[in-house]
Amino acid sequence: MEHTVTAYEQELRGLAGRIAEMGGLAEHLVADAIVALTRLDASLAQRIIADDLRLDALQRETEERAILIIARRQPMASDLREIVAALRISNDLERVGDLAKNIAKRVTAINNAVIQKRLLVGVEHLAEIALQQLKDVLDAYTNRDDNAARVVRTRDEEIDALYTSLFRELLTYMMEDPRTISQCAHLLFCAKNIERIGDHATNIAETVHYSVTGTAFEDERPKSDNSSLESVESET
Amino acid sequence: MTVAADIKTDTSAFATIRTPDLQPRPVKVKATGVKVFYGAKQALHGVTIDIPDRTVTAFIGPSGCGKSTFLRCFNRMNDTIVGARVEGEILLDNRNIYAPDLDVVELRARVGMVFQKPNPFPKSIFENVAYGPRIHGLARTKAELEEVVVTSLQKASLFNEVKDRLQEPGTGLSGGQQQRLCIARAIAVSPDVILMDEPCSALDPIATAKVEELIDELRANYTIVIVTHSMQQAARVSQRTAFFHLGHLVEEGPTNMIFTKPIEQRTQDYITGRFG
Repeated sequence: MEHTVTAYEQELRGLAGRIAEMGGLAEHLVADAIVALTRLDASLAQRIIADDLRLDALQRETEERAILIIARRQPMASDLREIVAALRISNDLERVGDLAKNIAKRVTAINNAVIQKRLLVGVEHLAEIALQQLKDVLDAYTNRDDNAARVVRTRDEEIDALYTSLFRELLTYMMEDPRTISQCAHLLFCAKNIERIGDHATNIAETVHYSVTGTAFEDERPKSDNSSLESVESET
Repeated sequence: MTVAADIKTDTSAFATIRTPDLQPRPVKVKATGVKVFYGAKQALHGVTIDIPDRTVTAFIGPSGCGKSTFLRCFNRMNDTIVGARVEGEILLDNRNIYAPDLDVVELRARVGMVFQKPNPFPKSIFENVAYGPRIHGLARTKAELEEVVVTSLQKASLFNEVKDRLQEPGTGLSGGQQQRLCIARAIAVSPDVILMDEPCSALDPIATAKVEELIDELRANYTIVIVTHSMQQAARVSQRTAFFHLGHLVEEGPTNMIFTKPIEQRTQDYITGRFG
């Protein structure tokens, strides 16, 4: 049902619209960052760094809008939850943009060499899943779909597991051929950034769940990021 | 205190604990299946609710939803309306307030009321507060009466503002002060329950804030039931909230729940301002 006060209704829709816009921009930044990385495209990387400023500006604007609605309308119940959700999600999306920008910065750093294709496969695959997660969770937000949000949250385990195996893989490459160390180190950070993007998608999923139901997920989130426990023994 | 001794029964035997309240308390007023008819028209359709002791309970809902009608059942104010009929049961400290042997005058001393528009008597500030204790025989000497008046005014956070002009007419006070005078008048007869029917709707925001502050202080000693049109006010002052619609109690629960995640769709629509 719509609000009796149409201006209020429009303000809430405007806020949701901002989040959708931020989501679209964040998705595009991440996708471009991966393209820039695989092609070592420095000019695309520069554009991503510039575009991230737009995302930051949008985040500030979203926050201002949300604060204004709270001040002027004293929102209650589902409206209040929706506004709190918008505040949280805009923060997550702003961080996603930062992580994409960080990948783009590394593109310029490793520009001097050609990355071996085999080093990239894992990172690309990881990015594919993270992007899908981001897309799905933004759809879940748009449709206020609690079930879809739950699916995203559960699937983050996949990213974590993949990241752990990628970590091992890159360590192995570095040990095999020390000349790849510089590239692999950068790629490791890129992989970590992508894994973090997955975490933000999970945060958003949890926020969508809160916005729809008013409660937090009751169960602990499944986790499989064991990279902090990984090491590769050198053969001596 | 001898007032209404006949309906003051022991509360210890009546220790129903309310959950999921933030602070579980015994039930002060227990209403079961309360129906009110004005002639042929039914205004209230079987309302069942427990009002916890020393807690502020807010009744909210659109105009004509029955919240004031229900409030007025608690001190039998509906008795004064010709053609009004009340069915069901209301227990105050486990005693039926509609029992035939009950003294309505004493009930109304135990269940005080504050109205929307401040309505001080056209008498002095002192007399406004002294009137109740005097007719109920609560003070034997002049000194005792003075003490009751002063403590009541103090409890109503008004004493400091009026202590130098107790003999001046109560009607000369500002609206907010008049309302607090009415609260002092209600307190003066040592009630257990204070009913408030939109006590702030005729007051400016500062006076409203003072009354709300007072309500918060009073709940340490009194059970308060407040009817309000301002949902923000209900959210601010109450610990429990009941939402009425078309003569039905739609939902009742801890205020924190009602205003963040109500269960019923109708409650949600009303408090978010989506009522058609």
